Amino acid sequence: MTKKRKALSFIGRNWALLFLILMLMLFSILGKNFFGLRNFSNILLAVTTLLLLASGETFVIISGGIDLSIGFVMGFVCVTSAIIMRDLHAAGFPQAVSIMAGSSIGILLGLIPGFINGVLITKLRVPPFIATLGMWGIANGLAWRLCEGFPIAFLPPKARDIGMAYIAYYSPKKGFSLFDRPVLTERADILNLMKIIPLPVLLIAILLVIFAFILSKRKFGQHTYAIGGKVDAAIRAGVNVPWHLIKVYVISSFFAACAGVLLVFKLNMGIHTQYTSSYELFAIAAVVIGGASLMGGKGSIWGTVIGVLLIGTLNNGLMMMGLPIFYRYIAIGCILIVAVLIDQLFPELVYKE
Amino acid sequence: MMDNKNLRKILIGIAGRWTLIFLALEIIFFSIFGINYFSLKNLQNILLASTTVLLLATGETFVIVTGGIDLSVGFMVGFSGVICAKVMVTLQAAGASQAVAISSGILAALLLGLLPGLVNGLLVAKLRVPPFIATFGMLGIAYGFAEIICNNVPIMGLPTSVGSIGHGYLIYWLPGKIFAFLQKPENLTRLELQNLVSIIPNVTVITAIVIGIFAFILARTKFGQHTYAIGGSMDAAERAGINVKRHLIKVYMISSFFASLAGVTYVLRFITGRAPAGSARLLDAVVAVVIGGASLYGGTGTILGTVIGALIIGVLEIGLVNLGIPTYNLYIAVGCILIFAVLVDQFFPELVRKE
Amino acid sequence: MEPLLEVKNITKRFGGLTAVDNMDMEVFPGEVVGLLGDNGAGKSTLIKVISGVYHADAGTIFFEGKEVRIDNPMDALRIGIETLYQDLALAENLNVYANIFLGREKLKRFLGLINVLDHDYMLNESKKVLDRLEIEVPSLKNQIRTLSGGQRQAVAISRSIYWNAKFLIMDEPTAALGVAEQKNVLDLLKTLSSQGVPVIIISHQLHDVFSVATRLVIMRRGKKVAERITKDTTTDEIVGLIVGSLSGDYGDGNDDAKETAQVGKETSSVDEVQEGK
Repeated sequence: MTKKRKALSFIGRNWALLFLILMLMLFSILGKNFFGLRNFSNILLAVTTLLLLASGETFVIISGGIDLSIGFVMGFVCVTSAIIMRDLHAAGFPQAVSIMAGSSIGILLGLIPGFINGVLITKLRVPPFIATLGMWGIANGLAWRLCEGFPIAFLPPKARDIGMAYIAYYSPKKGFSLFDRPVLTERADILNLMKIIPLPVLLIAILLVIFAFILSKRKFGQHTYAIGGKVDAAIRAGVNVPWHLIKVYVISSFFAACAGVLLVFKLNMGIHTQYTSSYELFAIAAVVIGGASLMGGKGSIWGTVIGVLLIGTLNNGLMMMGLPIFYRYIAIGCILIVAVLIDQLFPELVYKE
Repeated sequence: MMDNKNLRKILIGIAGRWTLIFLALEIIFFSIFGINYFSLKNLQNILLASTTVLLLATGETFVIVTGGIDLSVGFMVGFSGVICAKVMVTLQAAGASQAVAISSGILAALLLGLLPGLVNGLLVAKLRVPPFIATFGMLGIAYGFAEIICNNVPIMGLPTSVGSIGHGYLIYWLPGKIFAFLQKPENLTRLELQNLVSIIPNVTVITAIVIGIFAFILARTKFGQHTYAIGGSMDAAERAGINVKRHLIKVYMISSFFASLAGVTYVLRFITGRAPAGSARLLDAVVAVVIGGASLYGGTGTILGTVIGALIIGVLEIGLVNLGIPTYNLYIAVGCILIFAVLVDQFFPELVRKE
Repeated sequence: MEPLLEVKNITKRFGGLTAVDNMDMEVFPGEVVGLLGDNGAGKSTLIKVISGVYHADAGTIFFEGKEVRIDNPMDALRIGIETLYQDLALAENLNVYANIFLGREKLKRFLGLINVLDHDYMLNESKKVLDRLEIEVPSLKNQIRTLSGGQRQAVAISRSIYWNAKFLIMDEPTAALGVAEQKNVLDLLKTLSSQGVPVIIISHQLHDVFSVATRLVIMRRGKKVAERITKDTTTDEIVGLIVGSLSGDYGDGNDDAKETAQVGKETSSVDEVQEGK
């Protein structure tokens, strides 16, 4: 294969990453304060929700389906765990207990929509678009009903501490400390405090690594790709396709549930925006930008992560440049279409290899 | 076995028309338990409130029948609404008469609104971008442009006649005294105003006429037949000599035409142009089409079914408000109806086949 | 006698793969020509070029002695070349007469203004042609998806007959049929050819081809390797030519086992590419 072909093929396969790097450089030059630990931490923190949602969605899309319900499942879990935390806290339980109970019960409840989705899709043969759309509505309604439109407040204060925590802190005065936020009194010292890697980001990273491993190296992952590639082949190879798909949708709503719980920690309240949720569309966009095909059989967690970072960097960069936020819609719309076009053009080049 | 056969016939009869029956039951239910639900005023309100969904769903039907989907229509409403309003306001400020300003605004919105459809069609037909992605990208682009045009602020200050068109009715009838077309009678006493019967909102007339025309096109013309054929088998259509690419482009342009019309009616009704207008209605539109009997895989569906589907949602929404039930239940209900619709559509053909 | 259809130097490439390589072929009126070859030999591609689905990269097509351009399926249909594909190309969601008239729907004037579908006409005409071919279908208003494989094949054939095909191409016509239905299709074929309509038939069922075809053209890896008159050859010889153990008439001398293995490897790639296109 000629050198030119090789180069084009490399660009074609890794275009998202290259584009991300390009954007980072561009914004660093054009924007103020873009390139810095603080801003990068901000970007990471801002994309945590999308990272979780998109990772779950990755499994679903690779299997050839789609999950539209994640935005509102997240809201549902957010509200539910907040309510539990609030009520247990008010009832006098220790904060640790309320927080753990709220989180775990929230996540457990969040698995139910995924299970229902899976059953509808596999046993009742409802198309994934419809099933998850129906669940989208139901989750929305339930969440709304639980919170009556108002944010859930009065949560155990420790929750916020966890949400705002970083792994390491560095202060010129007090030096380096792990997990413990140094207590500083002087304004100058507080401003100079370097915060390294938000705790939620670390937790999410661990979660992603585990699931990326499952997807790429374990039988479960292989079967997911197989089902997405050619269902018949998977069936004849002995894969229990219905059961597998149910698990896949449960994974998706598991991630949505985690995102919901995370929101509680980040915002220190349970909130549910009932009118629209564009989260699921951005999650799908991130997955597709990251290299997945909506037909299934392609994609990866790593690709999704890049897709999410791309969207997050774009958001942040546009903001830092002072551009109104709706430009991001135009930008993401274009990037999405380009993503698909590239994936269409480049298989031919790769094929010739 | 006579009983079984008859029972089956009845079941099939019901299953085939379940949406219509469901709609009737809904209306009956709310009429009994609601306040003034079954009144001319309220029923017309339902039609008015369902305008956007009716229009979006009709356009969407064409796309879904071909096996695709158009996600951009929600934000297209805002896009065309904003263009419409902006042109109206600008021309008015430049001294043009109301008639010129208003018709220019509407024309501009409808014409420019065809562009996104053209782009969608090109992306899907020529560049083979999956419809989901192409129209998703377009929705973002449309929204972005809409916000740019209106500068993030709803456009106000439209010509006053807009309100009289948008809130106007076709017929005004004062029992025994006045029978007027289009013009609301002036100088009425308070008692007379109370007794005034307004029949058929202008907006609904426009909606009904346009939907009617396109329902005819889909059901009875070669264009409609080819739309179904493409949805059934793109290969078969192509090999039968149908120019599938060109046809798909037209279909996506129809969809965005309806979205722009929805934007125009929005402006007429609310006398403002807002970028996020209609964005929440996209999913209602898709739900309406599916409830109406279309399959997302393409090849089936009718405008009549879609209209019934849209009305089912509209009747439900107004009904819940009328009963004072919080609207979040609407989402739950619609979600369930949607899934039920798909299940019926799946098991119904098997019922027929067994006969 | 002049050939009704003649293709010269037809070449069709997909990316780096040459599916049809400098192919020549003639078909005379009244002939049934069997186009034979293993998977990936290029038979389907060649007929898709003739029927307008693919555009040839090189070569010319002559019909009734004149050079013609076939850039799309409509061109082929207009000339009178009807093609029955392996997958039948029927729209499952449409009914029988809608499929017979697909793309060529009969219209009538509505209120003197607009053209609408003339369902009655299409229904009656379809009934006529199905009766003429003695084909039984429960109801012409039923969707195609409710019909059996044989009935669908019959509908597809009726479509071609109705439109007065001057030339018929059939790709694996008996593949999905039961024995009785196969016989019906083959009888239909014989009737057609006796009326002067030439047919190119592609089939893996050699005994079917032998029973209807007067002449056989064998392809391998995109090229024509041999032509035989049916009654002057045997199935064994044909199999040998298809597979490569016998050398063809046109000078590819290296027909040994290694080449046969190559066919197997390239086979899947051509099929995959064709699926994608």
